[in-house]
Amino acid sequence: MTNFPWLTVIGLIPLIGAAVVAALPAGVTDRAKHIALGVSVVTLVMGIAAALQFENKSGTQFQLAEQHEWIPQFGVSYAVGVDGIALVMILMALVLTPVCILAAWRDVPEGGKREKNYFALMLALETFMVGVFAATDVFLFYVFFEAMLIPVYFLIGSYGGPRRQYAAVKFLLFSLAGGLVMLVGVLALYHYGPGGSDGFLVSKLTGLHLGTTPERLMFVAFFFAFAVKAPMWPVHTWLPDASTEARPATAVLLVGVLDKVGTFGMIRFCLQLFPEASRWATPVVLVLAVISILYGALLAIGQTDLMRLIAYTSVSHFGFIVLGIFAFTTTGAAGSTLYMLNHGFSTAALFLVGAMLVARRGSKRIPDFGGWQRVTPGLAGVFLVAGLSGLALPGLSSFVSEFLVLVGTFQRYKFAAVVATAGIVLAALYILLMYKRMMTGPKPELEGPVRDISLREKIVVAPLIAAFVVLGFYPKPALDMLNPAVSKTLQYVGVSDPTPTSADGSTK
Amino acid sequence: MTSLATLAAADGAATAATGITAYAWLLVALPMLGAAVLLLGGRATDKWGPLFATAMSWAAFVVGAIIWISMVGRDPGARAASLHLFSWVPAGSFNVDAGMLVDQLSVTFVLLVTFVGSLIHVYSLGYMEHDPDKRRFFAYLNLFVAAMLLLVLADSYLLLYVGWEGVGLASYLLIGFWNHNPAYATAANKAFVVNRVGDFGLSVAIMIMFAAFGTVSFAGVQQAAQGGAGEGVLTAIGLMLLLGACGKSAQFPLQSWLGDAMAGPTPVSALIHAATMVTAGVYLVVRSGFIFHGAPNAQLVVVIVGAITLLFGAVVGCAKDDIKKALAASTMSQIGYMMLAAGLGPVGAAFAIFHLLTHGFFKAGMFLGAGSVMHGMNDQVDMRRFGGLSGAMKITWVTFGLGWLAILGVPPFSGFWSKDKIIEAAFIGEGWRPWVFGLTALIGAGITAFYMSRLFFMTFHGKKRWTDDVHPHESPRTMTVPMMVLAVGSALLGLVLSIGGTFTHWLEPITGSHGEEHPVLSVPVITILTLVLVIGGIALAWMRYWRDSVPVAQPTGSLATRAARRDLYQDDVNEGVFMRPGLHLTRALVFADNRGVDGGFGGLAALVGGTSSRLRRLQNGFARSYALTMLAGVVVILGALWVIQ
Repeated sequence: MTNFPWLTVIGLIPLIGAAVVAALPAGVTDRAKHIALGVSVVTLVMGIAAALQFENKSGTQFQLAEQHEWIPQFGVSYAVGVDGIALVMILMALVLTPVCILAAWRDVPEGGKREKNYFALMLALETFMVGVFAATDVFLFYVFFEAMLIPVYFLIGSYGGPRRQYAAVKFLLFSLAGGLVMLVGVLALYHYGPGGSDGFLVSKLTGLHLGTTPERLMFVAFFFAFAVKAPMWPVHTWLPDASTEARPATAVLLVGVLDKVGTFGMIRFCLQLFPEASRWATPVVLVLAVISILYGALLAIGQTDLMRLIAYTSVSHFGFIVLGIFAFTTTGAAGSTLYMLNHGFSTAALFLVGAMLVARRGSKRIPDFGGWQRVTPGLAGVFLVAGLSGLALPGLSSFVSEFLVLVGTFQRYKFAAVVATAGIVLAALYILLMYKRMMTGPKPELEGPVRDISLREKIVVAPLIAAFVVLGFYPKPALDMLNPAVSKTLQYVGVSDPTPTSADGSTK
Repeated sequence: MTSLATLAAADGAATAATGITAYAWLLVALPMLGAAVLLLGGRATDKWGPLFATAMSWAAFVVGAIIWISMVGRDPGARAASLHLFSWVPAGSFNVDAGMLVDQLSVTFVLLVTFVGSLIHVYSLGYMEHDPDKRRFFAYLNLFVAAMLLLVLADSYLLLYVGWEGVGLASYLLIGFWNHNPAYATAANKAFVVNRVGDFGLSVAIMIMFAAFGTVSFAGVQQAAQGGAGEGVLTAIGLMLLLGACGKSAQFPLQSWLGDAMAGPTPVSALIHAATMVTAGVYLVVRSGFIFHGAPNAQLVVVIVGAITLLFGAVVGCAKDDIKKALAASTMSQIGYMMLAAGLGPVGAAFAIFHLLTHGFFKAGMFLGAGSVMHGMNDQVDMRRFGGLSGAMKITWVTFGLGWLAILGVPPFSGFWSKDKIIEAAFIGEGWRPWVFGLTALIGAGITAFYMSRLFFMTFHGKKRWTDDVHPHESPRTMTVPMMVLAVGSALLGLVLSIGGTFTHWLEPITGSHGEEHPVLSVPVITILTLVLVIGGIALAWMRYWRDSVPVAQPTGSLATRAARRDLYQDDVNEGVFMRPGLHLTRALVFADNRGVDGGFGGLAALVGGTSSRLRRLQNGFARSYALTMLAGVVVILGALWVIQ
């Protein structure tokens, strides 16, 4: 099975599924979601099978690799492969897609063509998510990077809330702006690279001596696109609008998976291809990361719209991720990559449970709730667990990654780490104030009975909460995958971990 | 053989756990199972859930007791055992295993937590009998016990942190158990957030440890700290640990949450906010003795914090009319004593834990007594509406009385053996310190006698000041039996454990030994002075709250009284310095984010959009098809690729 094109197949299954769903004849459109769910589950199973082929201790950077000529005249190849980081991201996307499809079960109640297109778009998005993480050719990556925008644009613009057009266009404008800047960088990179029919391969572009100024300019071009995508302060403003106007399932895929392409890109492209420039830019990036952490948290505290609040918590969390990446320690980077995984589940739980509450109350405004622990105790319970994951409670997965980021950053940048640590106090505030405003207080007077969490909703939430607990107490399987990739990246950057400062204390 | 073993213990090395000790993980697993079953089982477990949770707590006690007995059977140098569980966080150069350290200190806590905890489970069966959410309450209690045991059994600072915030979560959930009352929900939030400020310190301490020593396990840090680590590093770690301890143990300046935490059901106040969780800060300082030993300045700060808090709590306790809040102030003050002792190093650390143990019994007993009073008085808490209850609630009166005598330090009751030793230890040293700290501890004892007697007399003696609708009655057996057991402990525990210095010898391998040191005043003088002050405090309270009539309405009071009633303006300070500026900052940022940061981009977009607005409006309908074409294009390209290859 070693020559089996795992990644291509995993990418193609949802695409074929999307085509099938979109082509369903009028009579059977109500089966669209069942087919979509089935396809996404099959894809997940294939993903797990592929992960079993992956060897943590392999010497090569990319495994499950495939490479074919695509546009040899321009040096473009169809080349895919994964390191530990990419594989973990793909697995996260494969888990979240069926969860989101199930969560979106009643998103398009009118059914018919609109419903089947909705689920077809989600499957198409899954293909691009797999592709963007699997691409080991810079141009191919760029193609997927931009292609992802299309299904998301439709998912927001056609199926979103009242201001969906505004949010979708804003999302598209920001992303296109970032993408165009990156395109310049991509083309420049080819120009400075070795060229040839496979000149866009990441492996061909690693370890080049580009010259100080070109390298820095290309770094900036890539970093800008990734910072918009991540999103970092001050280019974060598209995210709250997109998150609140998108359907919750779309918001999960957008914030949980697509935004990770930003931080993933920083590791894979900024650090690996432009190591000198990365070190040069570090002070600025660290400042932006710390601002993102505190700014996102403070803004979250001040929100009255539940979905916007969750979006701002993500701005804060992405600040942590970027901080750990640019700390250039194995601990910090392992923490960041693990954070990318944990944040996916954590944010998914917040968005989806939040949406279950919103669906019952008919409002996203936090002040419209109050006392709902007495109305829907089960939902309140899972909402609290999701919130606790959001505030990185020790014992849940997000704590491990957040603490690793902080401890890894502290090794090199003490001040930045200590300031960032203040974020844990703010996190307690934004989560607990939200919980208090929505769930506590006297039982509200409501028209008609409200149903507590349903079986379908339990199935949506269960894998997410299981992930919190399992990865909180036993993150080793994920870390074992991430560690070698992280070490390799830091080798490319050319840094090694600081040794413990107290000389005689370190010996074991 | 013996000499070898003593040497190993001096190095802080623990041998691998064998026999029953290898099952120490059950201590955490059993109550955790209880919590999980009750929370996931839902309504189906309503009937038997509370009993199941109580059984899990007792089961943990039995396991703990067996481990303790097997430990007593071993040579003092071979008592500490380490238990490796699994590789927890292997990330980059940071590598932490989950493991347990079962030594004299942790087993002491295990016995305290599981025994008092189990008694309070039993008490709650009666106290919470009619609460519709009883099952959830017991689930949280089990969760607390599991987290607290993880806290004291962890063998690294990182795993301790898990237990540390775990108990914080349980505390949050239980303070807000009746969160349909918005004030209670606020109290829960306040407790968690103030604790998070402390946890900031704990986090930074762990970061410094890793950056400096490359390890965060107790054994590794101890080795590094004793192996010539710089004083600056140790001082920084010590102060950051202290910040964490201040949050958890409600010490100055992070004390403001404890009074509000009385919003929780009374058994919770007894277990979490008196006997166990709030003392975790003392545990942390004593456990980290090897750090403070190398950082005398940090030690001094610990002592100062303890001294300030013990007076702060005592002063506040004098003015509170709410029986639970008065007890909470007393808890704060008593933990101040423990903290002070812990900061003194080997001369005081063992007594800090000793007082923690006796306090765990007598304060839990008094809280349960307060709960019993509330149970009989329609949940009233205003002591101005009590009085003369000694006749109506005899068992409560006697058990509470024993706790009262114990906290006063009247010989031969428990507090005498632990608190007087702390006062003596505070008088040890050179220069100004013994005089300042010794006299503070001494005066604190006098004030304690006053406010605790005030509380006792206002509740059980003097004229009846009951409202018409109450009919005080003794509580059921499920409640009184735990009170009686704790009362026995309040009376005898100190004496029993003091015979031959049993307890201090038991802890010596952890707290360290010290030479014969003499207080600046001789011990009999200190003891007599203490007793004189205590009797003075009782007499004053007797005159004002037993002999004289107590007004039912709260008198305006002096300036000092009003300040003490308002907790010496701690909330006003926090509100003025942190909350209000924070609120303004948040509002300003929200405004700026909408208008400024986003507005900038909006303007940019408008500029672009403005020039092409007509075009865009024309094409609006086609935008989708355009994007759809792009999608189709991508599909075709990918598909073509697939076919070609």
